[in-house]
Amino acid sequence: MKVGVCLKRVPATDTRIKIASSESGVDTSDVKWEINPYDEFALEAALLMKDAKQASEVIIFTVGEKGAEAKVREGLARGADRAVRVEVGEVDALNIASALAGAVKGEGVDLVLAGKQAIDSDDSQVPAMMAEVLGWGQITEVDQLEVDGSAVKGWRNAGGGSRDVVATTLPAVVSCDKGLNEPRYASLRGIMKAKRKKIAVVNAEGGSAKVAYSNWSEPPARPPGRVLDGDNAQRVSELVRLLRQEAKVL
Amino acid sequence: MGTGILVLCEHDDRGFKKTGFELLGKASELAAAIGGDVTAAVIGRAGGAELGAHGAATALSASGADFASYSTGAWARALQAIVAAADPAVVLAPASSRAKDFLPRLAARLGAGMVTEATDLRAEGGKVVARRPMYAGKAFADAHVASGLAIITVRPNSFPVGAGGGAAATEQAVSVALQDGDLAARVVDTEQAATSVADLTEAERIVSGGRSVKSKEQYDSLIRPLAASIGATPGASRACVDAGYAPHSHQVGQTGKVVNPSLYIACGISGAIQHLAGMRTSRIIVAVNTDPDAPIFQHATYGIVGDMFEVAPMLRQAFEQLEA
Repeated sequence: MKVGVCLKRVPATDTRIKIASSESGVDTSDVKWEINPYDEFALEAALLMKDAKQASEVIIFTVGEKGAEAKVREGLARGADRAVRVEVGEVDALNIASALAGAVKGEGVDLVLAGKQAIDSDDSQVPAMMAEVLGWGQITEVDQLEVDGSAVKGWRNAGGGSRDVVATTLPAVVSCDKGLNEPRYASLRGIMKAKRKKIAVVNAEGGSAKVAYSNWSEPPARPPGRVLDGDNAQRVSELVRLLRQEAKVL
Repeated sequence: MGTGILVLCEHDDRGFKKTGFELLGKASELAAAIGGDVTAAVIGRAGGAELGAHGAATALSASGADFASYSTGAWARALQAIVAAADPAVVLAPASSRAKDFLPRLAARLGAGMVTEATDLRAEGGKVVARRPMYAGKAFADAHVASGLAIITVRPNSFPVGAGGGAAATEQAVSVALQDGDLAARVVDTEQAATSVADLTEAERIVSGGRSVKSKEQYDSLIRPLAASIGATPGASRACVDAGYAPHSHQVGQTGKVVNPSLYIACGISGAIQHLAGMRTSRIIVAVNTDPDAPIFQHATYGIVGDMFEVAPMLRQAFEQLEA
């Protein structure tokens, strides 16, 4: 079975996000990029299937410009076989999903693994939209996954600590949450091999973006807080008083 | 092009969820500005007259054997039928794990623009504009759908629940014809949690622990009981989860849950940028930390510079006396 992995580069989680201007959005000129953390779980799940001889080939799919290839190369170094980079016009979740769906179809992939969301746009829309465009079943936000032949089972948070067990059959799209696995590092040998692995480039026709963004800003500043005085007993009783009488949250 | 606002009202064994009431109240205000009625969408049960109290004029429901347990395809098909019946300009839904599962499918099918995780909504130029955090709250932006149907998910606790008191909503059943493949993926089992607490993303109160709890045993004996004493959901920093002291489902932050409670108590959490990203919209933040220079204090409403191993049990005792 061919397994596709959707991979996006995002600003590292320890990066401060700077706003270029209120209309143009985030200044990414000097951010440190990393593979979207949730995509790492997807990639690892695919590589585990390859280790177990369940997957014949692991193909990385990414949407973006040439600059996106550095992080794709990192995914190849971890063990993916090759990659497809898709260039689209206007970018929004549906355009990205359609572009990825087209590329996935072109490669004859049976199972698509993706991160549950990218930690930049935080849309968590693309995997389910891809499944719809492809006409496939989906299981989103899984933290446990079993693939047995064409049967797929995923466990997902159903709120309040309980988990839904969702079953579907291939072909399918599965989006991955933290807890699914521990992503591996690339070995030196993997890094050397990745240099020769192929990244194909395809173009996707995209419509105009449906969602428009404007008025970007940094998060609103919080009103200054108060550090409580006294010994611990005094501070605790003052805190309880403030939570009840001033903040009115107890 | 439709008019009015359709609000997805989720429910569980205990009845309709608060998230629907929050959205109905806000939708009433928005509909007054953009025109049209407020309609409630109910999937998996009939009825919904009581949603009128919060502003719904009509409750459209899809129920029956196909909806006995959740499936992405059936829910998407049901909401598609309800959207066709109500013909709204905007669909509002809570940013719950199920809504985030099936709504993008419907958006793709209808070619609708979708905005996720809004924390505020306003009417402008006859449209609903969503204010939403991105980069897990490190940046904010306005998002709107320029033409056609807009589907917007809203983070729980973003709006207050009104006093209610409106007239009962008119109930109307919508028939849904499932198509091949709609039940391709379905819930075959639900593993119940040992204890029933609100999900982090919906919780009104959260007590979180950092790596300085030092062990799973101390997380269980310090953080969990403190949370339980005020009916809060326990949370944790990434460092705490990665060290194995708390399960990953408890993680608050950019690579965990983004939360929006009224009260967030951070114990032994320094306030790394990726943690702040997940909880900075909390209304009241309490920080307990030994390091007076910890970044968390710059965001805390109330801070205690002290040892959480001493402070947390005292706080728990004080909370228990209150609740008693």
